[in-house]
Amino acid sequence: MSAAVLSNHPIKARSVRRQVWAVRIGLFCAMAALCVPGLWVMLTAFRPNIEVMAKPPVWIPHVLTLANFLGIFGLLPDHAPGIPVTAYFINSVVISVTSTVVAVAVGMMGGYAFARYRFRGKAGLFLGLMLSRTVPGISLSLPLFMLWSRIGLLDTRLGLIIVYLAMNIPFTVWLTDGFFRQIPADLTEAAMIDGSTRWQAFWRIEFPLARSGLASAGIFAFLTSWNEYALAAQLTRTTASKTMPVGLMDFTAQFTVDWTGMCAMAVLIIIPALILTFIVQKHLIAGLTFGGVKG
Amino acid sequence: MAETIEDGISLEGRISYPVRESRLRRFFRLGHAAPYILVLPSLFIVTFVVAIPLVISLWSSFTPYNLVRPWTLYHYIGFRNYLRLFNSSDFWWAFGRTVVFLTVALNLEMLLGLGLALLVNKITAGKRAVRTIMMFPMMFSPILVGFQFKYIFNDNVGLINNALTSLGFMHYPIAWLVNAILAPLTILIAETWMSTSVFAILLLAGLLALPSEPLEAAKVDGCNAWQAFRHITLPFLMPFIYIAMTIRSLDVARAYDMVKIMTDGGPAQRTELLWTLIARTGYEDARMGMANAMGYVSILLSIAVTVYFYRKLMAARSYMGGAE
Repeated sequence: MSAAVLSNHPIKARSVRRQVWAVRIGLFCAMAALCVPGLWVMLTAFRPNIEVMAKPPVWIPHVLTLANFLGIFGLLPDHAPGIPVTAYFINSVVISVTSTVVAVAVGMMGGYAFARYRFRGKAGLFLGLMLSRTVPGISLSLPLFMLWSRIGLLDTRLGLIIVYLAMNIPFTVWLTDGFFRQIPADLTEAAMIDGSTRWQAFWRIEFPLARSGLASAGIFAFLTSWNEYALAAQLTRTTASKTMPVGLMDFTAQFTVDWTGMCAMAVLIIIPALILTFIVQKHLIAGLTFGGVKG
Repeated sequence: MAETIEDGISLEGRISYPVRESRLRRFFRLGHAAPYILVLPSLFIVTFVVAIPLVISLWSSFTPYNLVRPWTLYHYIGFRNYLRLFNSSDFWWAFGRTVVFLTVALNLEMLLGLGLALLVNKITAGKRAVRTIMMFPMMFSPILVGFQFKYIFNDNVGLINNALTSLGFMHYPIAWLVNAILAPLTILIAETWMSTSVFAILLLAGLLALPSEPLEAAKVDGCNAWQAFRHITLPFLMPFIYIAMTIRSLDVARAYDMVKIMTDGGPAQRTELLWTLIARTGYEDARMGMANAMGYVSILLSIAVTVYFYRKLMAARSYMGGAE
């Protein structure tokens, strides 16, 4: 609009056009800086190792291959995998999914209580739950390592699931509290006057309305568990419970760094995150900003 | 209470003394227990995984606990760990480096994020597509960001060195991650890459919510672009900046993952942050007591950062008052 008004004046029109181009170029550079590193890793995952290591560098890929993926899963006949990626992948899926489902169920109960009831100690409890998330993973891992090794939870999937539950619950409570608050209490009250119990009213009215919010809370929880490294690195030891991010570090312990294998593993870690983040991006932005400003 | 008295009158008309309902039963009957029952599972898990371990951690920070000698857990030595810590130059270097790193990284991310948001706000079409692209770094876990930059800055096969060689700027490879000055810089780049878009997205949401009337009024009154930004846009954005800072401050310690995979504290401890020092002391040297003492310092640091931004957020929010 402002451009149209100003373009009556030839000199101003030129400076406006120049400004538009400056914005476009600046934005293009910023987007390139945000995308190129990740895309480069993804591209490498599909290139043969010889081409990646070549000197002088080969810029335009001659061949694209799935061999790196087959290789890390041990599906190539002549090449035994150095790292049991299959086991790590299964561990990651089992641990992330279980902790997500339980965290959403438990967190939803908590969030509902904070949104719909007044009770003594509410503010303190809420603050305590949130503060528990500020404890750095590595600092928390020290006493957990001591405790888990005493009670036999060290290097078990269950041990990690419990830890991730505690990481995910506060955030789920925070998000679901916000979602339930947005649903007018009148709706529930009307249903209760019509004779349904609070329990029925919840499942008939509030739960369906909050469902998309709960789904995004679940996706956040999944991503937190899927991506976590600091605690998993200390609380897992073997293929019994090691997750993908810990497995990625295994590569660095080898004599020769298998860059293409690492990139293939990185792609396996990023793909679920990529898909899930796109699904929740709308909720992500709305939840983070307006939950924070309006409270 | 009325119900209890009614119940006390039996059918034969004899007045029996009203039995006072126990406080606990009344509590449950009136539904006062519901919120507590709902919150209990959350509370139980967080207590089990965070609160109790923190107590153990506190206790062990007063012992010379060593993983190789388990009985040392029961040997109380008072504040000796903390005293040794505060006299240790390694600790203070790591602590100082962490504080400087966080200050520089958070400010840089905020400024770049603000710039990016203002830039995106300027374009008329494709805002949504650009915002989706901006989400890209947010999908990467810290360990992946670390790996990615480890690969890109690798002296032998990395993108940066390859590009510099191909363009003819460089004749021998630069060892980015083993150079005392360049290594912290690469970690800062990785950290900034990961979190700038969080700030950009939140600030863009703020810009989109900015009412247009004050800006138009300012233009009519003859404000230039800078004045309008300084006195109208920026004050409006402040709560959004503090939200972004608060959210970001919750997981400052994720820099540990990145440093761990990129340099593991090297070269010569030039990238040693508080968190990598904790891991080294606790797991590699097995000095758990000392590591827990350091852990407590890091916990207090994290809480201090969060509380600082949270209070700023609350102040900004009450300042905005009924603006929304």
